[in-house]
Amino acid sequence: MHPASSVIIFNTFSGLGFGLLFWLGMGALVPTGVGAFIWFAIAYVLAVGGLIASTFHLGHPERALKAFSQWKTSWLSREGVCAVFALLVMALYGAALVFADTRLTLAGFVGAIASLGVVFTTSMIYTQMKTVPRWRHWTTPAMYLLLSVGGGALLANQPYIAAGLLAVAGILQVFAWRSGDTRFAQSGTDMATATGLGHIGKVRAFEPPHTGTNYLMREFIHQVGRKHAYRLRIITLGLGFALPVLLLVFFFDNHIIAAIAILSHIAGVLALRWLFFAQAEHVVGLYYGKR
Amino acid sequence: MTQLPPPTTKKLGLVIDLDTCVGCHACVISCKGWNTENYGAPLSDQQAYGADPSGTFLNRVHSYEVQPEQGAAQLIHFPKSCLHCEDAPCVTVCPTGASYKRVEDGIVLVNESDCIGCGLCAWACPYGARELDAKEGVMKKCTLCVDRIYNENLPEEDRQPACVRTCPAGARHFGDLGDESSDVSKLVAERGGFDLMPEQGTKPVNKYLPPRPKDEIPQFDILAPYLEPVASDGKGFVGWLDKALSALPGGAR
Repeated sequence: MHPASSVIIFNTFSGLGFGLLFWLGMGALVPTGVGAFIWFAIAYVLAVGGLIASTFHLGHPERALKAFSQWKTSWLSREGVCAVFALLVMALYGAALVFADTRLTLAGFVGAIASLGVVFTTSMIYTQMKTVPRWRHWTTPAMYLLLSVGGGALLANQPYIAAGLLAVAGILQVFAWRSGDTRFAQSGTDMATATGLGHIGKVRAFEPPHTGTNYLMREFIHQVGRKHAYRLRIITLGLGFALPVLLLVFFFDNHIIAAIAILSHIAGVLALRWLFFAQAEHVVGLYYGKR
Repeated sequence: MTQLPPPTTKKLGLVIDLDTCVGCHACVISCKGWNTENYGAPLSDQQAYGADPSGTFLNRVHSYEVQPEQGAAQLIHFPKSCLHCEDAPCVTVCPTGASYKRVEDGIVLVNESDCIGCGLCAWACPYGARELDAKEGVMKKCTLCVDRIYNENLPEEDRQPACVRTCPAGARHFGDLGDESSDVSKLVAERGGFDLMPEQGTKPVNKYLPPRPKDEIPQFDILAPYLEPVASDGKGFVGWLDKALSALPGGAR
Protein backbone atom coordinates (compact mmCIF):
# COMPACT_ATOMS: atom_id res chain seq x y z
CA MET A 1 0.00 0.00 0.00
CA HIS A 2 1.13 3.52 -0.76
CA PRO A 3 2.33 5.16 2.48
CA ALA A 4 0.54 8.54 2.19
CA SER A 5 2.18 11.08 4.50
CA SER A 6 -1.17 12.67 5.45
CA VAL A 7 -2.48 9.34 6.74
CA ILE A 8 0.77 8.50 8.54
CA ILE A 9 0.70 11.89 10.29
CA PHE A 10 -2.97 11.40 11.19
CA ASN A 11 -2.44 7.92 12.63
CA THR A 12 0.62 8.95 14.64
CA PHE A 13 -0.46 12.28 16.11
CA SER A 14 -4.19 11.71 16.52
CA GLY A 15 -3.35 8.44 18.26
CA LEU A 16 -1.15 10.33 20.74
CA GLY A 17 -3.71 13.13 21.17
CA PHE A 18 -6.62 10.79 21.90
CA GLY A 19 -4.31 8.75 24.17
CA LEU A 20 -3.58 11.91 26.18
CA LEU A 21 -7.30 12.74 26.28
CA PHE A 22 -7.92 9.21 27.60
CA TRP A 23 -5.58 9.74 30.58
CA LEU A 24 -6.93 13.25 31.21
CA GLY A 25 -10.49 11.90 31.18
CA MET A 26 -9.62 9.01 33.48
CA GLY A 27 -8.21 11.48 35.99
CA ALA A 28 -4.61 10.21 35.89
CA LEU A 29 -3.79 13.88 36.22
CA VAL A 30 -6.33 16.55 37.19
CA PRO A 31 -4.95 19.96 36.22
CA THR A 32 -6.99 23.10 36.81
CA GLY A 33 -6.97 26.68 35.52
CA VAL A 34 -4.22 27.68 33.11
CA GLY A 35 -2.42 24.36 33.63
CA ALA A 36 -5.52 22.51 32.48
CA PHE A 37 -5.79 24.81 29.47
CA ILE A 38 -2.24 23.92 28.38
CA TRP A 39 -2.78 20.17 28.85
CA PHE A 40 -6.01 20.18 26.87
CA ALA A 41 -4.55 22.45 24.20
CA ILE A 42 -1.70 19.96 23.61
CA ALA A 43 -4.16 17.07 23.35
CA TYR A 44 -6.49 18.95 20.99
CA VAL A 45 -3.68 20.20 18.73
CA LEU A 46 -2.48 16.61 18.31
CA ALA A 47 -5.90 14.99 17.91
CA VAL A 48 -7.54 17.66 15.73
CA GLY A 49 -4.34 18.42 13.80
CA GLY A 50 -4.10 14.76 12.84
CA LEU A 51 -7.77 14.67 11.81
CA ILE A 52 -7.28 17.75 9.62
CA ALA A 53 -4.15 16.20 8.06
CA SER A 54 -6.18 13.11 7.19
CA THR A 55 -8.56 15.19 5.06
CA PHE A 56 -5.64 16.21 2.79
CA HIS A 57 -5.74 12.86 0.99
CA LEU A 58 -9.44 13.27 0.11
CA GLY A 59 -10.47 14.14 -3.42
CA HIS A 60 -13.30 16.35 -2.14
CA PRO A 61 -12.66 17.41 1.49
CA GLU A 62 -15.45 20.01 1.23
CA ARG A 63 -17.98 17.15 1.26
CA ALA A 64 -16.51 15.63 4.45
CA LEU A 65 -19.71 16.30 6.44
CA LYS A 66 -21.47 13.61 4.37
CA ALA A 67 -19.08 11.06 5.89
CA PHE A 68 -20.99 11.10 9.19
CA SER A 69 -24.06 9.46 7.63
CA GLN A 70 -23.14 5.80 7.06
CA TRP A 71 -22.19 4.70 10.58
CA LYS A 72 -24.33 1.56 10.22
CA THR A 73 -21.86 -0.11 7.86
CA SER A 74 -18.73 2.04 7.45
CA TRP A 75 -15.88 2.09 9.98
CA LEU A 76 -14.66 5.38 8.51
CA SER A 77 -18.05 6.93 9.18
CA ARG A 78 -18.08 5.48 12.73
CA GLU A 79 -14.61 6.95 13.30
CA GLY A 80 -15.88 10.40 12.31
CA VAL A 81 -18.94 10.18 14.60
CA CYS A 82 -16.84 8.86 17.47
CA ALA A 83 -14.21 11.59 17.04
CA VAL A 84 -16.74 14.43 17.14
CA PHE A 85 -18.46 12.91 20.18
CA ALA A 86 -15.17 12.38 22.06
CA LEU A 87 -13.93 15.90 21.27
CA LEU A 88 -17.21 17.51 22.37
CA VAL A 89 -17.42 15.58 25.67
CA MET A 90 -13.75 16.21 26.48
CA ALA A 91 -14.20 19.90 25.63
CA LEU A 92 -16.96 20.06 28.25
CA TYR A 93 -14.78 18.18 30.77
CA GLY A 94 -11.79 20.41 30.00
CA ALA A 95 -13.80 23.64 30.15
CA ALA A 96 -15.10 22.72 33.62
CA LEU A 97 -11.50 22.18 34.80
CA VAL A 98 -10.16 25.37 33.22
CA PHE A 99 -12.92 27.79 34.14
CA ALA A 100 -14.65 26.29 37.18
CA ASP A 101 -11.91 24.14 38.78
CA THR A 102 -14.49 21.38 38.76
CA ARG A 103 -13.95 17.78 37.72
CA LEU A 104 -16.99 16.31 35.95
CA THR A 105 -16.01 12.71 36.71
CA LEU A 106 -18.69 11.02 34.59
CA ALA A 107 -18.03 13.25 31.55
CA GLY A 108 -14.33 12.42 31.94
CA PHE A 109 -14.94 8.67 31.89
CA VAL A 110 -17.32 8.89 28.93
CA GLY A 111 -14.85 11.09 27.04
CA ALA A 112 -11.97 8.72 27.86
CA ILE A 113 -13.85 5.68 26.56
CA ALA A 114 -14.95 7.62 23.47
CA SER A 115 -11.30 8.63 22.84
CA LEU A 116 -10.32 4.97 22.84
CA GLY A 117 -13.32 4.38 20.57
CA VAL A 118 -11.85 6.76 18.01
CA VAL A 119 -8.56 4.83 17.98
CA PHE A 120 -10.40 1.50 17.79
CA THR A 121 -12.65 2.58 14.90
CA THR A 122 -9.58 3.90 13.05
CA SER A 123 -7.85 0.55 13.46
CA MET A 124 -10.93 -1.29 12.19
CA ILE A 125 -10.80 0.63 8.89
CA TYR A 126 -7.61 -1.32 8.21
CA THR A 127 -8.50 -4.55 10.01
CA GLN A 128 -11.69 -5.03 7.97
CA MET A 129 -9.78 -5.15 4.65
CA LYS A 130 -9.90 -8.74 3.44
CA THR A 131 -7.87 -7.51 0.48
CA VAL A 132 -4.85 -6.76 2.71
CA PRO A 133 -4.15 -9.98 4.62
CA ARG A 134 -1.38 -8.41 6.75
CA TRP A 135 -3.87 -6.02 8.37
CA ARG A 136 -6.72 -8.48 8.85
CA HIS A 137 -5.71 -9.68 12.32
CA TRP A 138 -6.46 -8.89 15.99
CA THR A 139 -2.97 -7.44 16.42
CA THR A 140 -3.96 -4.41 14.29
CA PRO A 141 -6.54 -2.94 16.74
CA ALA A 142 -4.47 -4.19 19.71
CA MET A 143 -1.40 -2.27 18.51
CA TYR A 144 -3.39 0.88 17.73
CA LEU A 145 -4.89 0.89 21.24
CA LEU A 146 -1.62 0.04 23.01
CA LEU A 147 0.32 2.71 21.11
CA SER A 148 -2.35 5.30 21.85
CA VAL A 149 -2.64 4.66 25.60
CA GLY A 150 1.12 4.05 25.90
CA GLY A 151 2.07 7.21 24.02
CA GLY A 152 -0.71 9.09 25.84
CA ALA A 153 0.70 7.99 29.21
CA LEU A 154 4.13 9.16 28.08
CA LEU A 155 2.71 12.61 27.27
CA ALA A 156 0.59 12.63 30.45
CA ASN A 157 3.70 12.27 32.59
CA GLN A 158 2.90 8.76 33.85
CA PRO A 159 6.38 7.23 33.54
CA TYR A 160 5.78 3.77 35.01
CA ILE A 161 2.46 3.18 33.24
CA ALA A 162 4.00 4.41 29.98
CA ALA A 163 7.10 2.21 30.38
CA GLY A 164 4.95 -0.86 31.06
CA LEU A 165 2.55 -0.23 28.17
CA LEU A 166 5.32 0.58 25.67
CA ALA A 167 7.28 -2.53 26.68
CA VAL A 168 4.20 -4.69 26.04
CA ALA A 169 3.53 -2.80 22.79
CA GLY A 170 7.10 -3.42 21.57
CA ILE A 171 6.82 -7.16 22.20
CA LEU A 172 3.38 -7.32 20.53
CA GLN A 173 4.71 -5.37 17.54
CA VAL A 174 7.43 -7.98 16.99
CA PHE A 175 4.74 -10.68 17.06
CA ALA A 176 2.52 -8.65 14.69
CA TRP A 177 5.39 -8.29 12.20
CA ARG A 178 6.45 -11.93 12.37
CA SER A 179 2.92 -13.32 12.04
CA GLY A 180 2.07 -10.75 9.36
CA ASP A 181 4.97 -11.83 7.16
CA THR A 182 3.27 -15.12 6.27
CA ARG A 183 -0.36 -14.01 6.25
CA PHE A 184 -0.57 -13.15 2.54
CA ALA A 185 0.63 -16.66 1.62
CA GLN A 186 -1.84 -18.17 4.11
CA SER A 187 -4.79 -16.13 2.82
CA GLY A 188 -5.38 -18.58 -0.04
CA THR A 189 -5.47 -15.80 -2.63
CA ASP A 190 -2.83 -16.15 -5.33
CA MET A 191 -2.49 -15.71 -9.08
CA ALA A 192 -4.31 -19.01 -9.63
CA THR A 193 -7.49 -17.88 -7.81
CA ALA A 194 -7.18 -14.31 -9.11
CA THR A 195 -7.28 -15.46 -12.73
CA GLY A 196 -9.09 -18.79 -12.28
CA LEU A 197 -6.52 -20.30 -14.64
CA GLY A 198 -4.62 -22.36 -12.07
CA HIS A 199 -6.19 -25.63 -13.25
CA ILE A 200 -4.31 -25.33 -16.57
CA GLY A 201 -0.87 -24.68 -15.16
CA LYS A 202 1.39 -22.08 -13.62
CA VAL A 203 0.14 -18.52 -14.24
CA ARG A 204 2.59 -15.72 -15.02
CA ALA A 205 1.77 -12.09 -15.85
CA PHE A 206 2.85 -11.78 -19.47
CA GLU A 207 1.80 -8.27 -20.45
CA PRO A 208 0.22 -5.54 -18.31
CA PRO A 209 -2.89 -3.72 -19.60
CA HIS A 210 -0.94 -0.53 -20.30
CA THR A 211 2.66 0.44 -20.89
CA GLY A 212 2.41 3.13 -18.22
CA THR A 213 1.41 3.07 -14.59
CA ASN A 214 -2.08 3.67 -13.18
CA TYR A 215 -3.99 4.57 -10.00
CA LEU A 216 -4.14 0.94 -8.85
CA MET A 217 -0.40 0.43 -9.18
CA ARG A 218 0.41 3.73 -7.47
CA GLU A 219 -2.00 3.12 -4.59
CA PHE A 220 -1.64 -0.62 -3.96
CA ILE A 221 1.73 -1.83 -5.23
CA HIS A 222 4.55 -0.29 -3.22
CA GLN A 223 7.77 -2.19 -3.60
CA VAL A 224 10.24 0.66 -3.14
CA GLY A 225 11.73 0.74 0.33
CA ARG A 226 10.61 -2.73 1.38
CA LYS A 227 14.21 -3.85 1.08
CA HIS A 228 15.01 -1.66 4.09
CA ALA A 229 12.14 -3.15 6.09
CA TYR A 230 14.38 -5.12 8.44
CA ARG A 231 16.52 -2.09 9.34
CA LEU A 232 13.41 0.06 9.76
CA ARG A 233 11.95 -2.50 12.14
CA ILE A 234 15.08 -2.27 14.28
CA ILE A 235 14.90 1.55 14.20
CA THR A 236 11.21 1.40 15.16
CA LEU A 237 11.86 -0.90 18.09
CA GLY A 238 14.82 1.15 19.29
CA LEU A 239 13.36 4.65 19.01
CA GLY A 240 9.69 3.85 19.52
CA PHE A 241 9.92 1.45 22.45
CA ALA A 242 13.33 0.48 23.87
CA LEU A 243 14.86 3.97 24.30
CA PRO A 244 11.72 5.60 25.82
CA VAL A 245 11.24 2.67 28.22
CA LEU A 246 14.88 2.81 29.39
CA LEU A 247 14.79 6.59 29.79
CA LEU A 248 11.52 6.41 31.74
CA VAL A 249 12.72 3.68 34.07
CA PHE A 250 16.07 5.30 34.91
CA PHE A 251 15.32 9.03 34.67
CA PHE A 252 11.61 9.15 35.55
CA ASP A 253 11.69 12.58 37.21
CA ASN A 254 13.73 14.54 34.67
CA HIS A 255 11.60 16.67 32.34
CA ILE A 256 14.28 17.12 29.65
CA ILE A 257 14.86 13.37 29.51
CA ALA A 258 11.07 12.91 29.31
CA ALA A 259 10.96 15.26 26.32
CA ILE A 260 13.70 13.22 24.62
CA ALA A 261 11.72 10.05 25.34
CA ILE A 262 8.62 11.61 23.74
CA LEU A 263 10.48 12.77 20.60
CA SER A 264 12.18 9.38 20.27
CA HIS A 265 8.82 7.62 20.63
CA ILE A 266 7.20 9.85 17.97
CA ALA A 267 10.06 9.17 15.54
CA GLY A 268 9.73 5.44 16.17
CA VAL A 269 5.95 5.48 15.66
CA LEU A 270 6.31 7.44 12.40
CA ALA A 271 8.65 4.71 11.12
CA LEU A 272 6.24 2.06 12.40
CA ARG A 273 3.31 3.63 10.56
CA TRP A 274 5.34 3.97 7.37
CA LEU A 275 6.10 0.25 7.56
CA PHE A 276 2.43 -0.48 8.36
CA PHE A 277 1.50 0.81 4.90
CA ALA A 278 4.64 0.13 2.87
CA GLN A 279 4.77 -3.54 3.88
CA ALA A 280 1.05 -4.20 3.49
CA GLU A 281 0.36 -6.05 0.25
CA HIS A 282 -2.99 -5.73 -1.52
CA VAL A 283 -4.29 -8.75 -3.45
CA VAL A 284 -4.90 -6.61 -6.57
CA GLY A 285 -1.12 -6.67 -7.13
CA LEU A 286 -1.51 -10.31 -8.16
CA TYR A 287 -3.20 -9.22 -11.39
CA TYR A 288 0.02 -7.37 -12.22
CA GLY A 289 2.26 -10.24 -11.12
CA LYS A 290 3.48 -8.02 -8.30
CA ARG A 291 2.96 -7.69 -4.57
CA MET B 1 -27.37 4.14 1.56
CA THR B 2 -24.34 1.88 1.80
CA GLN B 3 -26.18 -1.03 3.33
CA LEU B 4 -26.37 -3.75 0.71
CA PRO B 5 -29.90 -4.53 -0.48
CA PRO B 6 -31.25 -8.05 0.07
CA PRO B 7 -30.10 -10.37 -2.74
CA THR B 8 -31.59 -8.96 -5.93
CA THR B 9 -33.55 -11.25 -8.24
CA LYS B 10 -32.29 -9.49 -11.33
CA LYS B 11 -28.50 -9.69 -11.62
CA LEU B 12 -27.27 -7.87 -14.68
CA GLY B 13 -23.69 -8.65 -15.55
CA LEU B 14 -21.13 -9.81 -18.06
CA VAL B 15 -19.88 -13.20 -19.11
CA ILE B 16 -16.35 -13.04 -20.53
CA ASP B 17 -15.04 -15.85 -22.70
CA LEU B 18 -11.31 -16.33 -22.13
CA ASP B 19 -11.25 -18.86 -24.97
CA THR B 20 -12.43 -16.35 -27.55
CA CYS B 21 -10.82 -13.09 -26.40
CA VAL B 22 -8.05 -12.12 -28.80
CA GLY B 23 -6.67 -9.30 -26.65
CA CYS B 24 -7.39 -6.50 -29.14
CA HIS B 25 -8.35 -3.98 -26.41
CA ALA B 26 -11.32 -2.72 -28.48
CA CYS B 27 -13.52 -3.05 -25.36
CA VAL B 28 -11.07 -0.83 -23.44
CA ILE B 29 -11.29 1.87 -26.08
CA SER B 30 -15.06 1.75 -26.58
CA CYS B 31 -15.57 1.79 -22.80
CA LYS B 32 -13.39 4.84 -22.38
CA GLY B 33 -14.99 6.52 -25.39
CA TRP B 34 -18.56 6.05 -24.17
CA ASN B 35 -17.96 6.67 -20.48
CA THR B 36 -15.76 9.74 -20.80
CA GLU B 37 -18.63 11.70 -22.33
CA ASN B 38 -21.71 10.21 -20.66
CA TYR B 39 -22.50 9.11 -17.07
CA GLY B 40 -20.64 11.25 -14.51
CA ALA B 41 -17.25 12.92 -14.64
CA PRO B 42 -15.02 12.34 -17.70
CA LEU B 43 -12.25 9.74 -17.53
CA SER B 44 -9.19 11.96 -17.44
CA ASP B 45 -5.70 11.27 -18.73
CA GLN B 46 -2.49 12.69 -17.30
CA GLN B 47 0.37 13.40 -19.72
CA ALA B 48 -1.36 11.35 -22.40
CA TYR B 49 1.40 12.23 -24.87
CA GLY B 50 4.15 12.81 -22.30
CA ALA B 51 6.91 10.71 -20.84
CA ASP B 52 4.80 9.09 -18.12
CA PRO B 53 1.26 8.66 -19.47
CA SER B 54 -1.50 7.46 -17.16
CA GLY B 55 -5.27 7.71 -17.02
CA THR B 56 -8.54 6.40 -15.67
CA PHE B 57 -9.97 3.27 -17.26
CA LEU B 58 -13.01 1.24 -16.21
CA ASN B 59 -11.93 -1.83 -18.13
CA ARG B 60 -8.40 -3.15 -18.63
CA VAL B 61 -7.12 -6.20 -20.50
CA HIS B 62 -4.29 -8.17 -18.90
CA SER B 63 -2.43 -10.99 -20.66
CA TYR B 64 -1.22 -14.08 -18.82
CA GLU B 65 1.08 -16.91 -19.79
CA VAL B 66 -0.06 -20.25 -18.39
CA GLN B 67 2.47 -23.09 -18.46
CA PRO B 68 0.90 -26.57 -18.14
CA GLU B 69 2.84 -29.50 -16.66
CA GLN B 70 3.35 -30.79 -20.19
CA GLY B 71 3.12 -29.14 -23.56
CA ALA B 72 3.38 -25.60 -24.78
CA ALA B 73 2.55 -22.51 -22.73
CA GLN B 74 -0.76 -20.76 -23.47
CA LEU B 75 -1.32 -17.03 -23.78
CA ILE B 76 -4.63 -15.91 -22.30
CA HIS B 77 -6.02 -12.41 -22.65
CA PHE B 78 -7.96 -11.37 -19.60
CA PRO B 79 -10.34 -8.37 -19.66
CA LYS B 80 -11.25 -7.13 -16.19
CA SER B 81 -13.84 -4.60 -15.03
CA CYS B 82 -16.28 -4.31 -12.11
CA LEU B 83 -17.87 -7.70 -11.35
CA HIS B 84 -20.98 -6.12 -9.71
CA CYS B 85 -20.59 -8.41 -6.68
CA GLU B 86 -23.60 -9.55 -4.64
CA ASP B 87 -21.63 -9.00 -1.42
CA ALA B 88 -19.84 -5.92 -2.68
CA PRO B 89 -17.26 -4.90 -0.02
CA CYS B 90 -16.78 -1.55 -1.79
CA VAL B 91 -20.36 -0.53 -0.96
CA THR B 92 -20.38 -1.13 2.80
CA VAL B 93 -17.07 0.69 3.49
CA CYS B 94 -18.27 3.93 1.88
CA PRO B 95 -18.66 6.59 4.61
CA THR B 96 -20.98 8.89 2.64
CA GLY B 97 -23.43 6.55 0.94
CA ALA B 98 -22.07 7.50 -2.50
CA SER B 99 -21.39 3.85 -3.33
CA TYR B 100 -24.51 1.75 -3.72
CA LYS B 101 -25.91 -1.41 -5.25
CA ARG B 102 -29.18 -1.01 -7.12
CA VAL B 103 -32.12 -3.05 -5.87
CA GLU B 104 -33.77 -3.31 -9.29
CA ASP B 105 -30.89 -4.89 -11.25
CA GLY B 106 -27.90 -5.30 -8.92
CA ILE B 107 -25.68 -2.77 -10.71
CA VAL B 108 -23.05 -1.19 -8.39
CA LEU B 109 -22.78 2.56 -8.95
CA VAL B 110 -21.16 5.67 -7.46
CA ASN B 111 -23.18 8.82 -6.87
CA GLU B 112 -20.33 11.18 -7.73
CA SER B 113 -21.84 14.25 -6.07
CA ASP B 114 -21.62 12.44 -2.70
CA CYS B 115 -18.14 10.95 -3.22
CA ILE B 116 -15.42 12.52 -1.05
CA GLY B 117 -12.65 10.62 -2.86
CA CYS B 118 -11.32 8.84 0.23
CA GLY B 119 -10.42 5.78 -1.84
CA LEU B 120 -11.58 3.23 0.74
CA CYS B 121 -13.86 1.44 -1.75
CA ALA B 122 -10.89 0.88 -4.04
CA TRP B 123 -8.98 -0.54 -1.06
CA ALA B 124 -11.85 -2.92 -0.32
CA CYS B 125 -12.13 -4.18 -3.91
CA PRO B 126 -9.90 -7.22 -4.54
CA TYR B 127 -10.23 -6.89 -8.32
CA GLY B 128 -8.92 -3.38 -8.90
CA ALA B 129 -12.24 -2.41 -10.47
CA ARG B 130 -12.33 1.12 -9.06
CA GLU B 131 -10.01 3.97 -9.95
CA LEU B 132 -9.91 7.42 -8.38
CA ASP B 133 -9.87 9.97 -11.18
CA ALA B 134 -6.80 12.17 -10.74
CA LYS B 135 -8.53 15.24 -12.24
CA GLU B 136 -12.00 15.03 -10.70
CA GLY B 137 -11.06 13.47 -7.34
CA VAL B 138 -14.02 11.09 -7.42
CA MET B 139 -14.17 7.31 -7.74
CA LYS B 140 -14.89 5.93 -11.20
CA LYS B 141 -16.07 2.43 -11.99
CA CYS B 142 -17.93 0.36 -14.59
CA THR B 143 -21.63 1.34 -14.68
CA LEU B 144 -22.51 -1.60 -16.92
CA CYS B 145 -23.38 1.26 -19.29
CA VAL B 146 -26.53 1.97 -17.30
CA ASP B 147 -27.06 4.92 -19.67
CA ARG B 148 -27.15 2.60 -22.72
CA ILE B 149 -28.95 -0.55 -21.62
CA TYR B 150 -32.21 1.24 -20.74
CA ASN B 151 -31.81 4.07 -23.28
CA GLU B 152 -34.80 4.15 -25.60
CA ASN B 153 -33.15 6.81 -27.76
CA LEU B 154 -30.71 4.19 -28.99
CA PRO B 155 -31.57 1.50 -31.56
CA GLU B 156 -32.34 -1.77 -29.78
CA GLU B 157 -29.10 -3.49 -30.84
CA ASP B 158 -27.12 -0.72 -29.12
CA ARG B 159 -28.86 -1.19 -25.77
CA GLN B 160 -26.01 -3.18 -24.30
CA PRO B 161 -22.71 -2.17 -22.68
CA ALA B 162 -20.27 -0.49 -25.08
CA CYS B 163 -17.63 -3.20 -24.50
CA VAL B 164 -20.06 -5.96 -25.45
CA ARG B 165 -21.37 -4.07 -28.48
CA THR B 166 -17.88 -3.49 -29.84
CA CYS B 167 -16.17 -6.85 -29.19
CA PRO B 168 -15.20 -8.19 -32.64
CA ALA B 169 -14.56 -11.71 -31.32
CA GLY B 170 -17.90 -12.14 -29.54
CA ALA B 171 -16.02 -12.79 -26.31
CA ARG B 172 -18.26 -10.61 -24.15
CA HIS B 173 -21.88 -11.36 -23.30
CA PHE B 174 -24.38 -9.25 -21.37
CA GLY B 175 -27.53 -10.42 -19.64
CA ASP B 176 -29.40 -11.33 -16.46
CA LEU B 177 -27.41 -13.86 -14.47
CA GLY B 178 -30.20 -14.08 -11.90
CA ASP B 179 -32.47 -15.67 -14.52
CA GLU B 180 -31.54 -19.33 -15.03
CA SER B 181 -33.17 -19.43 -18.46
CA SER B 182 -31.23 -16.46 -19.85
CA ASP B 183 -28.65 -16.97 -22.60
CA VAL B 184 -25.79 -15.88 -20.34
CA SER B 185 -26.83 -18.27 -17.55
CA LYS B 186 -27.01 -21.15 -20.04
CA LEU B 187 -23.57 -20.23 -21.36
CA VAL B 188 -22.14 -20.25 -17.83
CA ALA B 189 -23.72 -23.66 -17.11
CA GLU B 190 -22.53 -25.17 -20.41
CA ARG B 191 -18.97 -23.92 -20.31
CA GLY B 192 -18.29 -24.09 -16.56
CA GLY B 193 -18.16 -20.35 -15.91
CA PHE B 194 -16.23 -19.44 -12.77
CA ASP B 195 -15.76 -16.62 -10.22
CA LEU B 196 -12.55 -14.65 -9.70
CA MET B 197 -11.09 -14.97 -6.18
CA PRO B 198 -14.08 -16.91 -4.79
CA GLU B 199 -12.30 -17.11 -1.42
CA GLN B 200 -12.75 -13.36 -0.96
CA GLY B 201 -16.47 -14.01 -0.45
CA THR B 202 -17.64 -11.21 -2.73
CA LYS B 203 -19.96 -13.43 -4.84
CA PRO B 204 -19.24 -11.71 -8.18
CA VAL B 205 -22.11 -11.58 -10.69
CA ASN B 206 -19.77 -11.45 -13.71
CA LYS B 207 -18.51 -14.86 -14.76
CA TYR B 208 -15.47 -15.98 -16.76
CA LEU B 209 -15.52 -18.91 -19.21
CA PRO B 210 -12.32 -20.99 -19.14
CA PRO B 211 -10.16 -21.50 -22.26
CA ARG B 212 -11.05 -24.76 -24.02
CA PRO B 213 -8.37 -27.50 -23.87
CA LYS B 214 -5.84 -27.18 -26.69
CA ASP B 215 -5.79 -29.85 -29.40
CA GLU B 216 -2.85 -32.27 -29.44
CA ILE B 217 -0.97 -32.10 -32.76
CA PRO B 218 -1.02 -35.66 -34.19
CA GLN B 219 2.22 -37.12 -35.65
CA PHE B 220 1.28 -37.46 -39.30
CA ASP B 221 4.53 -36.48 -41.07
CA ILE B 222 5.53 -39.48 -43.23
CA LEU B 223 8.97 -37.96 -43.90
CA ALA B 224 9.85 -37.73 -40.20
CA PRO B 225 11.60 -41.13 -39.99
CA TYR B 226 13.89 -40.09 -42.84
CA LEU B 227 14.83 -36.86 -41.09
CA GLU B 228 16.30 -38.41 -37.93
CA PRO B 229 19.37 -36.57 -36.59
CA VAL B 230 22.70 -37.49 -38.15
CA ALA B 231 24.24 -40.72 -36.77
CA SER B 232 26.43 -40.16 -33.71
CA ASP B 233 29.20 -42.61 -34.64
CA GLY B 234 31.15 -40.21 -36.85
CA LYS B 235 34.22 -41.38 -38.73
CA GLY B 236 37.44 -39.73 -39.90
CA PHE B 237 38.27 -36.13 -38.99
CA VAL B 238 34.76 -35.34 -37.67
CA GLY B 239 34.85 -38.45 -35.50
CA TRP B 240 38.23 -37.44 -34.08
CA LEU B 241 37.05 -33.87 -33.48
CA ASP B 242 33.96 -35.16 -31.68
CA LYS B 243 36.03 -37.36 -29.37
CA ALA B 244 38.67 -34.69 -28.77
CA LEU B 245 36.13 -32.00 -27.86
CA SER B 246 34.19 -34.40 -25.63
CA ALA B 247 37.39 -35.24 -23.75
CA LEU B 248 37.97 -31.60 -22.77
CA PRO B 249 36.78 -30.57 -19.30
CA GLY B 250 33.04 -29.81 -19.51
CA GLY B 251 32.71 -31.63 -22.83
CA ALA B 252 29.55 -33.52 -23.86
CA ARG B 253 29.04 -37.27 -23.10
